[in-house]
Amino acid sequence: MEENKEEKSRIKIILKWLKDNLFYNPLSSFITILIIYGIINILIPSYQWLFVDSLLNGDAEACRKVEGACLAFLKEKTRYILLGMYPQDEHWRPVLNVFIYLALLVFSRDRSRWGKKLLGLWFFFGVFSFFLMRGGIFGLEFVETDKWSGLPLTLMLATVAITVSYPLGILLALGRRSKMGVVRLLSIGYIELIRGVPLISILFMSSVMFPLFLPKGIVINKLLRAQVAIIMFISAYMAEVIRGGLQAIPNGQYEASDSLGLNYFQKMRLVILPQALKIVIPPTVNTSISMFKDTSLVMIIALQDMMYTAKGAMSDPHWLGFSVEAYIFMAVLYFCFCFSLGKYSRRLEKELDTGLA
Amino acid sequence: MTNPLVISVKSLDKWFGKFHVLQNINLEVTQGEKIVICGPSGSGKSTLVRCLNRLEVHQKGTIVVNGIELKDNVKNVDSVRADVGMVFQHFNLFPHLTILENLTLAPIWVRKMNRKDAEEIAYHYLERVQIQEQAMKFPGQLSGGQQQRVAIARSLCMKPKIMLFDEPTSALDPEMVKEVLEVMVDLAKEGMTMIVVTHEMGFAKEVADRVIFMDYGKIIEENEPGPFFSDPQHDRTKLFLSQILI
Repeated sequence: MEENKEEKSRIKIILKWLKDNLFYNPLSSFITILIIYGIINILIPSYQWLFVDSLLNGDAEACRKVEGACLAFLKEKTRYILLGMYPQDEHWRPVLNVFIYLALLVFSRDRSRWGKKLLGLWFFFGVFSFFLMRGGIFGLEFVETDKWSGLPLTLMLATVAITVSYPLGILLALGRRSKMGVVRLLSIGYIELIRGVPLISILFMSSVMFPLFLPKGIVINKLLRAQVAIIMFISAYMAEVIRGGLQAIPNGQYEASDSLGLNYFQKMRLVILPQALKIVIPPTVNTSISMFKDTSLVMIIALQDMMYTAKGAMSDPHWLGFSVEAYIFMAVLYFCFCFSLGKYSRRLEKELDTGLA
Repeated sequence: MTNPLVISVKSLDKWFGKFHVLQNINLEVTQGEKIVICGPSGSGKSTLVRCLNRLEVHQKGTIVVNGIELKDNVKNVDSVRADVGMVFQHFNLFPHLTILENLTLAPIWVRKMNRKDAEEIAYHYLERVQIQEQAMKFPGQLSGGQQQRVAIARSLCMKPKIMLFDEPTSALDPEMVKEVLEVMVDLAKEGMTMIVVTHEMGFAKEVADRVIFMDYGKIIEENEPGPFFSDPQHDRTKLFLSQILI
């Protein structure tokens, strides 16, 4: 009897919640039903496409006969999409490289670990992973940067670009607000020039025009040029994001630091920047996410990032016609990275909240 | 007077754009002297005090503080500022740092003190302003009166020779004014050189050696508090006093 009663009251609570939240009045009922209808119409076919009608084992011919997703295509091509043209026998190197970067990122999540040591760790493993990929040292086979591809390339380009452009952005933002005319004008000029040009054109310039200006005999690696181009591009955006934070700091903070005798660098490093950078965490992460995805533009100068290898996989004559699978795979990969970035930023904001802006 | 001169302002002029905010100001302060500056808003009293540690830049005349003339030389300015404490109307504590960190920041970075000594001094002054139990909190968790007392302690940690107060109680709720004024009175009794912009005439009567009345960027009247309040000479002073002393 007792249990029955409890059961009944629980049902009552659920019904009340449904009424309050989903079927409050005719309009809300209508919208609820419409949304449920939409969800059903998307979810069920997707589920069917991916799990019921799909084919996991088989060749392209067999795949073309089924209605659903050709998972066999992904099974066959995942290795190529992720690692691309890197020599087959050496694939452990890019895989290890990816794990190094992921481990570094995960390790750096904890704020208590931030400091000079962590910076050193990043530098050490940055150099280490570079030589791991490149080889020609410690008896590793030399691999041209032209052959670096897929996920490790995307991850390296994006991580290095974002970590290097952040401090550069801070310098540019401070420069733009500097009292020294020359510094200010140079900063403004740089930021406005770079922001006024699309990333694609900067990449093109780095790959096509820049070598023309170099003296004969000097060749700068294409990957390096692209990396620098991306860093230059992101720095300008970071600078503006950070400048927004600087402007939000009340004048009193500057005056209080001044009145205590702190010099310019102490004032900025100890008082102004910690507050300003905290305020702009959301737009900073926003820029980072957008730049992570924009690294896919390097494929137009024939660097083989993840997007490039995915396209390569699609155009394999044996496996024509499975681009939907490839694109969805890409979307899932990109989403995982970007979503975790966003989630981390929200966590950071919470941790840094001291109750008063 | 036998005490040495610590502040000397000679024919000071300052403009904000075309607005002549300070006009031919002359002021001398000796060590240990307490000076209260009052006057209607816009009279230039805050600007004058802010010129004394070069938060504002003057255009004409000379300002010498602790024997150093305030000019463009950044090193000189920083060393004057390290020896001149300032308390603001809106406290201006650093919201991202704990109370303790607020207090130790400048001693560690400007005075190059080690952390342990700096914290010892910080606790000493926190005790004096009676908020030692709040040391680990953030400014946002304190009341206005507590924040202002922390701000005073923060300045004192630098062992300043002069303290400037720019309307320290104007942004406080009435019931919190007293706790801040008490700290200031204590400080005055210990012989600190103080220049205080305030409308708290009770405070002026109790501790000031001299009261200065300013209007339209000029020093209108200057006297010891006794005669200043009982027998003001100038019409504008009389009007001002009648308005605020009700």
